[in-house]
Amino acid sequence: MRYSGFRILKEGLTGNKGWRPAWRDPNPKPAYDFIVIGGGGHGLATAYYLASQFGQSSVAVLEKGWIGGGNVGRNTTIIRSNYLLDGNEPFYEFSLKLWEGLEQDTNYNSMVSQRGVFNLYHSDGQRDAYRRRGNAMMLHGADAELLDAEQLRAECPFLNFDNARFPIMGALVQRRGGTVRHDAVAWGYARGADALGVDIIQNCEVTGFRIQNGRCTGVETNRGFIAGRKIGSAVAGSSSRVMQAAGLRLPIESHVLQAFVSEGLKPIIPGVITYGGGHFYISQSDKGGLVFGGDIDGYNSYAQRGNLQVVEDVCEGGMSMMPLIGRARMVRMWGGIMDMSMDGSPIIDRTPIDGLYFNGGWCYGGFKATPASGWCFAHLLATDTPHETATAYRMDRFRTGHMIDEKGSGAQPNLH
Amino acid sequence: MIIPHPLLGPRDSQEFVYLGDASLINRPDWQAGDAADSFYEYQYLRDNPAGTHRELWYHEMGDRSWLIVTRNTVTHEIISAELANRQTAAAKTKSSRAGGRK
Repeated sequence: MRYSGFRILKEGLTGNKGWRPAWRDPNPKPAYDFIVIGGGGHGLATAYYLASQFGQSSVAVLEKGWIGGGNVGRNTTIIRSNYLLDGNEPFYEFSLKLWEGLEQDTNYNSMVSQRGVFNLYHSDGQRDAYRRRGNAMMLHGADAELLDAEQLRAECPFLNFDNARFPIMGALVQRRGGTVRHDAVAWGYARGADALGVDIIQNCEVTGFRIQNGRCTGVETNRGFIAGRKIGSAVAGSSSRVMQAAGLRLPIESHVLQAFVSEGLKPIIPGVITYGGGHFYISQSDKGGLVFGGDIDGYNSYAQRGNLQVVEDVCEGGMSMMPLIGRARMVRMWGGIMDMSMDGSPIIDRTPIDGLYFNGGWCYGGFKATPASGWCFAHLLATDTPHETATAYRMDRFRTGHMIDEKGSGAQPNLH
Repeated sequence: MIIPHPLLGPRDSQEFVYLGDASLINRPDWQAGDAADSFYEYQYLRDNPAGTHRELWYHEMGDRSWLIVTRNTVTHEIISAELANRQTAAAKTKSSRAGGRK
């Protein structure tokens, strides 16, 4: 069923009796060509692009709980492509381009809103670093614009420009960045994939892999064995747990990242604003709530909740950047589990086991990557070669020394 | 989280800096033939368990001791905390008694 304004009108006039579930609830078949583990944003996008771009119809997505119940529903919904390094920037720019066409492509309103991402700078050195970053972005076809304090004041007059410790001197802006309704991304991909014949199987937990002579031939699940020609894992947050069943140790630690929403306010924040004096980022949802977050808690965790000192730290960052939020009450907070990799960048690659592929290590930047991650993982699964924008995301780059470390903080996952 | 420091009693985890898996104490032998492999595994690969995890915390805002904290990563429950140098000293005595070089 195609969604459109005409359809809403027609259903409205006929008692809304024609709507159907957006995707089926099939039982698993004994075998598929492709099995994608993980029904989050990345897994569903992978299945969708396997079907739509690579013409595959024998595809299953296996999800332990319900689709979109993990990090795709637990993030701060920001999209952008403001990276510095060659290994990253083309990939994230590819992703931003896919975001721009997502709603037409999937025929689903994901509320992609290119309201701009403002990265504040507070010193000459930081301005120069942002200028360099902006140049790197433009060299890869992305947009970037450097604002001084007066230009920024015209757009965001509420910022704490005269902060004694971190005066705001301007911002690097990516106008094409913004926010997306995160749940709708999962639902849009699920509906699109289902319409193309992908089986989305919920409440189906992978408990093991069947590996014969170095080749993975299927997965053991709580709903029985399912054979697969090619099996891809896209379960960031739980990657180590799932891949452990295949005997693999990963360059990944799981950490908890918290996010927060305030009570609903009238429109005040025009885009996404990130603080350069601390780790703090904020935007305003269409319902009016301020959506914000900061650092990960910093210790290994699989609990989807964090500790109070990070709440304090995040709120201090917010108060320092824009003191007016001190009048808003925080309504909700939650935590999500991140695959923190050893260089802060993801992995999309084959594993040492034939037929088993891995997508993970997204740190806390996985949401913006969803479309490109799906596309590139589908490319790898379907053709056995990496997509041209994802060639650097090798699993063995830590052994060979080809790290992609945007922050330059080394093999210390809680610093990325 | 409150960490039960063996010398100072219960301390807020805010006073500590987290390093990671306690196995990071066991630096591989740089002269061994397989040093490149073992340093790769030491530096980059982690067990990352869901459940009991032995990990290193540094009491930076306190007595600057290194602790080995045993904690459940699913519930954040802290099971025990002990001084890291006691641990390594004990391990060294044990391995020298066994005649091995670790």
